[in-house]
Amino acid sequence: MKKLKYAIALLFTFILAFSLTAFADDSSAVYRTLDEIKESGTINIGVFSDKNPFGYVDENGDYQGYDVYFAQRIGEDLGVEINYVSTEAANRVEYLETGKVDIILANFTVTDERAEKVDFALPYMNVALGVVSPDSRVITDLSQLEADDEVIVISGTTAETYLIENNPEIKLQKYDTYANAKNALENGNAAAWANDNTEVIAYALQNPGYTVGIPSLGSQDTIAPAVSKGNESLLNWINDEIKSLASENFFHKDYEETLADTYGLDYEESLVVEGGEPSEDDETAENAETEDSSEAEGADASERVTLTVGASSDAARGTSRAGEACAR
Amino acid sequence: MPDLGLDVLFKGKNFARLLGGLGIALRISVIAILVSVVLGTVLGVLRQRENLILKAFMRLYLEVIRIMPQLVLLFLVYFGTTRSFGWDLSGETASVIVFSLWGTAEMSDLVRGALSSIPGHQYESAAALGLKKTQVYLYVVLPQAVRRLIPLSINLITRMIKTTSLVLMIGVVEILKVAQQIIEANRMNSPNAAFGVYLTVFVLYFLVCWPISVLAGKLEKRWG
Repeated sequence: MKKLKYAIALLFTFILAFSLTAFADDSSAVYRTLDEIKESGTINIGVFSDKNPFGYVDENGDYQGYDVYFAQRIGEDLGVEINYVSTEAANRVEYLETGKVDIILANFTVTDERAEKVDFALPYMNVALGVVSPDSRVITDLSQLEADDEVIVISGTTAETYLIENNPEIKLQKYDTYANAKNALENGNAAAWANDNTEVIAYALQNPGYTVGIPSLGSQDTIAPAVSKGNESLLNWINDEIKSLASENFFHKDYEETLADTYGLDYEESLVVEGGEPSEDDETAENAETEDSSEAEGADASERVTLTVGASSDAARGTSRAGEACAR
Repeated sequence: MPDLGLDVLFKGKNFARLLGGLGIALRISVIAILVSVVLGTVLGVLRQRENLILKAFMRLYLEVIRIMPQLVLLFLVYFGTTRSFGWDLSGETASVIVFSLWGTAEMSDLVRGALSSIPGHQYESAAALGLKKTQVYLYVVLPQAVRRLIPLSINLITRMIKTTSLVLMIGVVEILKVAQQIIEANRMNSPNAAFGVYLTVFVLYFLVCWPISVLAGKLEKRWG
């Protein structure tokens, strides 16, 4: 009798838990169209609030950064107020899937997996993965990691997905927030920290004692605004906006205003994407750079990594960005 | 003294923002605690009744809430209700709902435990003295039960206050999130700020939770 009761209780638990998710597919459009946003007079934009210099809050409580600079412009050109929503890496997709924000502008790397759930607009920045480690033991090749070494990643980031797919043998230490990951590395909880290369370059520049041993892991990716799946009116508007902003070199200005302090002007051409497509020159320059560095380090890390990404990635290199994204 | 980066707290409105964050954490927890103490007590008393359906339902509710991590509950209520029913709850409302659900479930179990720990002869001797049923509860059972309940509920209350740090995952900017924002905004000029800011957060949490412990200690002594 008692067992039966427990069984029933257990069953109810599952029913309750799943009924909440089961309805999910029935709901119609979760998003607001361009007209609805304009009418309401406010746009909800999801940004990071603790990721200097992309999205952060300054000492007066105002949002700042490369992503926010663009968000501000979107608000101006749409003629609406902006309501910034503080997002975490792990909940960005969820925010769009439920329509709780209209746009995510939170350093959102374009991946195939994410593109199934959200719609990405044209890119406005380039990014690859990088690995930073303490000077006392610089990791220049993932194979240098010993069996009991752990690597820090932030949950829900490209770095996490990449390492799980391509180097499943590496033990990961996952953190939900950037600040916690940073503390963990500084407390010596792990051998290295894998994240977007912009992040690790900036981190190493600001924190003496740490070196970016692997500046470019895997293939290049792009960062783009994202909207809820199917929200075409808003998506098209953002795409047109990005194209038209190229005439005034908007994203270069954005870089100089917000990122130059952190990365210096040397990285401007390789990081900024203007008008939605990286110029051919940038592309070849980046590839040459990656190849150079892999040769300089000897036939090693980067090459092994490129191979594990798969032949398709090599083919995609230099052809189309879409192809490259598919290789991921 | 090592550089704790405490100066970042005095930049602009930073300290006021931190206190504002504490205010939001407290607003969520205080509302949830009030709801939990009242509803939890009522449900706890109801669970004493010999009603199988009521008992089974309560048991189910308690187990569901206890099994699920608070973070999952937060996601279910914040995002799940939007997906399933199209409700657009704010992060703060969702947090209050989750913390009330959680607090009520745990509180009801504490009340049930405290009540059933009162030995049967207490009821019987009170009845033998000619007290009516309500009088038995009011003058004999409840005073003893409440005394046993206090340390347990203080545990729950302080746990609820501290667990509000999870609500940053559904976009509520409470004290811990503000702390992270301050640390990050100053990561170039004050790389040590993490120590000072987290230390301050610790002190603020302590200042909130400590008086509750003191009060509980005093109550226990007075009624002990």
